[in-house]
This record gives sequence, C-alpha cells and structure tokens, in this order.
Amino acid sequence: MDMIDNDTETLVYSRPNSLTDVSTHYCPGCTHGIAHRLIAEVIDEMNIREKMIGVASVGCSVFAYNYFNFDFVQAPHGRAPAMATGVKRVLPEKVVMTYQGDGDMASIGMAEIVHAATRGENITVFFINNTNYGMTGGQMAPTTLPGQKTTSSQNGRDVETQGYPIRAAELLSQLDGSSYVVRRSLNDPKNIRLAKKAIRMAFEVQLRGLGFSMIEFLSICPTNWGMSASASMTWLENNMIPYYPLGDYKVHPAVAEIKI
Amino acid sequence: MARELMKGNEAVAEAAVRAGVAAYFGYPITPQTELLEYMSRRMPELGRAFVQAESELAAVNMVYGAACTGQRVMSSSSSPGVSLMMEGVSYIAGTELPMVLVDVMRGGPGLGNIAPAQGDYNQIVHGGGHGDYHSIVLAPANVQEAVDFMALAFDLAEKYRSVTVVLMDGMLGQMMEPCELPAMLPMKTEFPDWAVTGAKGRERRFLTSINLNPTQQEITNLRMLNRWAQVEANEIRYREYFMEDAKYAVVAYGSAGRISLSAVRTARAEGIKVGLLRPITLSPFPREAIYQASRKLDGMLVVEMSSGQMLDDVLAATRFTVPTEFCARIGGVVPYPDEVLDSIRNLVKGPLTTEGHPRDRWLKRMAERN
Ligand SMILES: Cc1ncc(C[n+]2csc(CCOP(=O)(O)OP(=O)(O)O)c2C)c(N)n1
Repeated sequence: MDMIDNDTETLVYSRPNSLTDVSTHYCPGCTHGIAHRLIAEVIDEMNIREKMIGVASVGCSVFAYNYFNFDFVQAPHGRAPAMATGVKRVLPEKVVMTYQGDGDMASIGMAEIVHAATRGENITVFFINNTNYGMTGGQMAPTTLPGQKTTSSQNGRDVETQGYPIRAAELLSQLDGSSYVVRRSLNDPKNIRLAKKAIRMAFEVQLRGLGFSMIEFLSICPTNWGMSASASMTWLENNMIPYYPLGDYKVHPAVAEIKI
Repeated sequence: MARELMKGNEAVAEAAVRAGVAAYFGYPITPQTELLEYMSRRMPELGRAFVQAESELAAVNMVYGAACTGQRVMSSSSSPGVSLMMEGVSYIAGTELPMVLVDVMRGGPGLGNIAPAQGDYNQIVHGGGHGDYHSIVLAPANVQEAVDFMALAFDLAEKYRSVTVVLMDGMLGQMMEPCELPAMLPMKTEFPDWAVTGAKGRERRFLTSINLNPTQQEITNLRMLNRWAQVEANEIRYREYFMEDAKYAVVAYGSAGRISLSAVRTARAEGIKVGLLRPITLSPFPREAIYQASRKLDGMLVVEMSSGQMLDDVLAATRFTVPTEFCARIGGVVPYPDEVLDSIRNLVKGPLTTEGHPRDRWLKRMAERN
C-alpha cells in the first residue's frame, strides 16, 4: 500500500452520482448492471439527475429504484409506459424514463409500449432484451430465439406452436409517433460505448421535446441460460446479433440534426 | 349560482374540473362515455392533462403514474372497464396513493348491456383488486349529489391516501337534471412529502407496492387498516327519510334509493309508517346506523338493482334480528316505484319472519311472476 502516492493518484473510475452506493441483487455477469451504469453516467454528464423520474417495471429490474439515485416509481407488469405517460403529462418538464425487460415490454405490455410510441409520448424507454423471463426463472419470452431452450420451451422454441420472436425496435420504428428507436448491444467495449452514446441521444431527444425514444439493449442472462458470462457473450454475438441486427431503426429528421 | 340542466356524466366531469383535477385518463364505454368526451375538450382548454388511453388497463396506470406526483387525478369507466382496471387499483391502494374513480354501472356479468344496474357492488365495495385493502365508496342518488361528491371524493382520497370510488349507474350518468355546480377551486400548489417530483435539492423518493418481506408487508397492511379505522370513525354518511316514527324501513342506495323514496312517499300517503335509510358511503358501510334503526323496526325491505349484494351487508348489520324482505330487478332492469310500493305493502301484510333468507323468497316470487 505504501507504494501508492496519494498526492499523484488520479481517480479514473468511480461510482456515478446517479447510482446509489449499494451492491445490486443482479446475478454475476448480468448486463443489467452495465445498463444501469451507462444510464447513470449519462445522467451525471448531462446534469439532469434532479429532473429524473424513473419508472421501474416487473422483472429482475423491479428494484431498479434501489440502485438509481433519483426519484422513481414502480409499475405493474407491462404498464411502465402508461405510468410514465401519467407522470410526464403532469410534469412535462421532468425527464421520464422506463426500464423494462422483454417479457414486460414485448409481451404483457405490448399495447402500452405501442401506444406510448404512437402518441409520441415524450419519454425514454430502456428495453433489456435477454431472450427470456429472468426473474421467474428463465421461461420463454417473446424474444426467445427459434429453437432456444427455456424452462417453458424445453425442446427449443417451436415456432409452429410457440410463434416467432418479436423484433421490438423494428416494430416500434414503424410507428409515426416514434422519434428515436435503436438497437445496441452490451457485449463488448465498442458496443458498450455505442450504447452509451445512444442513451445520451435518447435523453437529448426528450429534453428537446422531440418525442418517443427507445433503446433496445441486447443483454445476457447467464444464470437462466446456464452458461458462464463469457460463454453468454459469445452466444449473444453468434445468435442474437444475427437475429436482432444492431442499428438505428428510426431517427426522425429533427433528431438527426442533434450533435452530441 | 344558477342551476343548470346537465347530463349526469357531464355534470360529474365539470364538478371534477372545478374540484381541481389536474389529469384525466379514460377509455370509451357506455354509459360513461360522455364523461370522457367532456374531459377531452375541457381539460386541454384549461391546460390540464387528458389522454384517451388505449385501454382501461393503460388508463388506470396513467392515473397511477400521475397520482405518484401528488396531483389530483381521476378516471371513469363502466363495469367491464372497471374490471380491467382492478390490477392497477390494487397497486394504487398498495402504494397508498389517492385516486378518484367514477364507475357508471351497467348490466352484467360479461359484456352484459348498457342499461343501469348495481351489480358492481361487491367488486367495488368489498375489494375488486387483489390483496388486502379498502376503498372509500360514495353512492349518489341524483345528479346534484354526484356533483357534490366529486370534490368530497378528492378530499377524502387525499386525506386518507385512499382509492375513492363514486359509484353511479347508467341512469344517473345518462339522465339530465338541474344542478348547481360549485365554484372553480384553485389548483393545488402544495404537494405531500411523498410525491415524486424529481429529487431537486432533497433526498430521492420512490413509490412502490412491492414488499418482499412478509413482516414488512404486514406492517404496511396494518398501517393501512389503522387508517381505515379512522375512515370508519369519521366518514360514514347516509340519509334518512321519514325515519323518526317509522315501524318499517327501506334500505336502498343510488338509483334504487331514489326510486324507493318515491314508493316510500306513496306508502306514507297510504298511512304506512315506513321510512328510507339510504347509505351514501357504501364503504365504510353505515352498519351501526342500520343496526340502531333496525332495533325500533318491525320489518325491513332492502331494494337493489343487483341480486342482493348489499342485502348481505344489511342483514349482517341488523345481526339477522329483524324480519327482512328483498326487492330487486337485475341485469339492467330498473324497478318501478310501484314494484317497490307493492313490496312495502307485502312487508306490512306479513308474515314477518327472520327465518330463511329474503333472497330465496324474492327469487321464488320472481319465478312465479315469469
Ligand atoms: C400480471 C403479472 N403476471 C405475471 C407476473 C410474474 N412475473 C414477474 S417477473 C416476470 C417476467 C419478467 O421478465 P422480463 O420482463 O423479461 O424481465 P427480466 O426478469 O428478464 O429482466 C413475470 C412473468 C407478475 N408479476 N404480474
């Protein structure tokens, strides 16, 4: 320890002010932690922590309000976009975000997300696509890939009887009300940097009153996938990115003009 | 202020506006729709929030979000739509937030019809959503009362951090009556210390209904229950008509109460010593008032537009000690005052009994009638 010279030490990595000083309940290797940190970093950098109101959903991130250091509410399963609508309509000057899993947003909450986007609701949605229902123990989600084994598609998702995956970013990008809809991945440093930039863009969109923004994050669920974190990352690269291509699906012309 | 001829649904909407409602979220359903339509033009005109939601599910969750900010917020619907809202109502109750909901009841179950009924009594008065909670329920019997109860509903909701339901039916929603609207209240400028408004210069706040630790949930539920005890102690409301010297009493609420009043007046003209006890708060239920009144009575008649959902509460209130009969039309059929009058006459004629169940005798009479 006496090797360290405290006078010249520079702090290059610290906890963002927008995260509380507690350890999370997320499983080792889970990408919820990365998503939380990126969002918190951007909020710090934009200095909007005191304007933030978050809406947690039902899923592994149900306790997000314990980890984000700003005002939060917690929605019923799938209803976060409706709750966010209620908050934003009475407090239009605040920055309102939802944080939702794929079961939450793309299954039980499909109507709420589609109509929030359709209304051009001036909110930001962070959508964690980990191809399963994490919190309830790894059942099939609308995003589960064809042939993927889950606890409720034990022989692999059979599209004949269990349908096809939903590509949420593509779907929401088709709605005239959406302004900024992109897909990013949390698998490697380059993609994580791109994800962070997209978060910045999404909040800029909201601050400028340009309407609905949504970022889909390709994420991993090592515990329920039954893989190590690094094997999960490889699985994401080999299976998820081909099915869920990364990219910008909707960038409204007014959004395209934003320079960050 | 001048009296105006207004449709129930619209009068209620304007009364809510004047009570300072900051946000309304709803979905069309007959016989409530005029309330939503009225709000769709009135709220934006005043710079307040209005959203026609994609469903009642979304509407109630918009209410949930807006209620978290400490503003006055409401929704309205009719029976099937109210069923759809129940998950959200339970969350709102579990988060201890104020909310006002207007239920303009229609015939059911299922899609039923759009005629007036009181079949949501059990759902609204005895719970509705899952879990352990109580809602305050106000039952107006005419348009003026419906108007007057809107400001009261917001006040009670805020005072007790409670879901407050104004329980009407299609008749009250659709009928036009003269009414006097209250003056426009100023909008709230002060918000409670739990309101989520952005953590500017203060500790962050969060609102949630999740409580994974059963002991903590029990503490929450007990806190809510103690608050409910205050509601029961302070907020029971009912109206009595001709009860001073009554030997018989009708118990009825809402439209059934109004129809019963006509019948009671005619019976009085015939010399029958009958009165009317009309519960206004269905929850908390005027149990003690009914019990005290019943001790002086020879017989009671419960009149409803449901198959005796309130009857069970009345019988429990009388501790099953007073001969009671039941008169109802259901499924969207509205009883005529004459039908109620006949039931009063039959009650007086006897035989008066505490044996058997009044619903069974009524059901038998209904079978004989068809
Ligand atoms: C109305 C309702 N239905 C079901 C549940 C049970 N439930 C809790 S979390 C969850 C799945 C969430 O999965 P996802 O949205 O993919 O998020 P993840 O846990 O993977 O982060 C379900 C079905 C619930 N809480 N409420």
